[in-house]
Amino acid sequence: MPDAPGLELIRQEIERDLPGSVGGTSYEHGCAAMIVDPEQILAVLGWLKETPGQNYGFLSSLHVADYLPAEPRFGVHYELLNFDRRERLRVKAMLADPGEDALPEIDSVTALFPTADAQERESYDFFGIVFRGHPNLTRILLPDDYVGWPQRRDFPVGGEPVTFTYNEHNRG
Amino acid sequence: MASDVSTKGFVDDPTSEVMTVNVGPHHPATHGVLRLVVDLEGEVVRELRPVIGYVHTGIEKSCEDKSYWKVIPFVERMDYVSYFFQMEAFCGAVERLIELEIPPRAKYLRTLFLELNRIHSHLVWLGTTALDLGAISMLWYCFRERDRILDLFEMATGQRMHTRYFQVGGVIEDIPLGFEEKCRSFVEDMPVRVGQYEALLDRNEVFLSRTKGVGIVSRERLLELGVTGPLLRAAGEPWDLRKTFDYLAYPEMDFKIPVGTVGDNYDRYRCRVAEMVESAKIVGQCLDALPEGPFIAEDRKYVLPPRSELPTSMESLIHHFKLVTEGYRVGPGEIYYAIEGPRGELGCFVLADGSSKPARVHFRDSSFVNLQAFRDMAVDSYVADMICSLGMLDPILGGVDR
Repeated sequence: MPDAPGLELIRQEIERDLPGSVGGTSYEHGCAAMIVDPEQILAVLGWLKETPGQNYGFLSSLHVADYLPAEPRFGVHYELLNFDRRERLRVKAMLADPGEDALPEIDSVTALFPTADAQERESYDFFGIVFRGHPNLTRILLPDDYVGWPQRRDFPVGGEPVTFTYNEHNRG
Repeated sequence: MASDVSTKGFVDDPTSEVMTVNVGPHHPATHGVLRLVVDLEGEVVRELRPVIGYVHTGIEKSCEDKSYWKVIPFVERMDYVSYFFQMEAFCGAVERLIELEIPPRAKYLRTLFLELNRIHSHLVWLGTTALDLGAISMLWYCFRERDRILDLFEMATGQRMHTRYFQVGGVIEDIPLGFEEKCRSFVEDMPVRVGQYEALLDRNEVFLSRTKGVGIVSRERLLELGVTGPLLRAAGEPWDLRKTFDYLAYPEMDFKIPVGTVGDNYDRYRCRVAEMVESAKIVGQCLDALPEGPFIAEDRKYVLPPRSELPTSMESLIHHFKLVTEGYRVGPGEIYYAIEGPRGELGCFVLADGSSKPARVHFRDSSFVNLQAFRDMAVDSYVADMICSLGMLDPILGGVDR
């Protein structure tokens, strides 16, 4: 992991090339994290991947967490890995819930990291985050006709009725 | 699931040779409940779409409704042949969140069981994959050794699978009397057994011609696709989290990382078989250097007090009651902790909101990510080679679907 000063150095360098892209940094439990502007996520990840001396070229995980009741509530996490320096860096983009039927949107990083393909589909499937520019953004684990975004915090456990035909006929 | 099943490549033309065929989901060669929609031109695979989700059980969602200590048996059931790894990923993540240091003996015991589990996982892989390629006897030989590992698990934990042995803070119980002797005899036998597997397969003309030069994917492409573990090492990238990141007792262990050269199915087979020998070495070293002392941390805010204290100590009784009813609370924070599973990087993300239940548990399952490389491995090869490549990819669908 880059240590806390190392993280600040990275932040300064990004800010020099992409002003206003980094919203904050955090360093806790030995994990370096950087909160970035969701509109500039492609530019930041591209910068971290391509810039000599950074080479965060491996996306080990992409996942989403729902921070309800905090606002903005969705955090898209990109766990980057630098093979040479053996460092991990988490890049977080926070997305607000746009309201009733609209879904939060962010650019897809499949062009930079082809590995994100299935993981972005998984995030869409469970959180309803739309990844703009994804080649095939459909549900991956749940059935296609599933309604709702089950991993959101306001989706209750057991939120769908389970019907057993056996019980229906015998017990009414 | 269903929208993956486009009829792309299928031309409504009677003279066209492309035919879309459905493989699975219920077929022994798919190693679980994996469905493949394959466009065939004669016997050659032209396009391939894996359809997953048949055994999705919403484990990650269910974890949010359980206190931390109740999550452990849940996550074990994701990737059902590498349960110790899931436990370690989750317990390690929570330990890092609450900054709880585990005692040295627990580190060694965990390392020991992880490596036994790695051998077990590779044995299941070798047996079933060789079975796909027609070497039926391999299944019996591999499962014979696997049974000895399960016996060891049963001896120490009481369960053969899904043991719930790791706890936040250490392990639930010390290893019993006689375990060390039994484990040592296994460690001594294992390299000999691996030699026997090699004698059966390495000079088997059918096996060699089925695996050599088949399913090659370049190192660069594998890295792009996020593939880790034996698949990546078989392509010549010596990347192993046991060496690169410092966790458990691995820094004190002396072992090698087997790497391949070409990245074909034969290299994948060689890498895993060599890894079994290295893992047996690690198990032996753990037994040799096993430190004395407690096997679980002393912190009563997170760890159950010993049973013997309950009738005499009011404090212990209160702690026991609090831990069992509400569970312990974890301060707000988030962590991503990754370990080297038998199939590659197994990461666990835990988001804590200050209550006694995690706000989010996510597993970066290596099978799920590695499965993306399957198209590259199988396209433009024969159907039979596709089955071979799938076996060598070693996906566990319980882990893919979670």
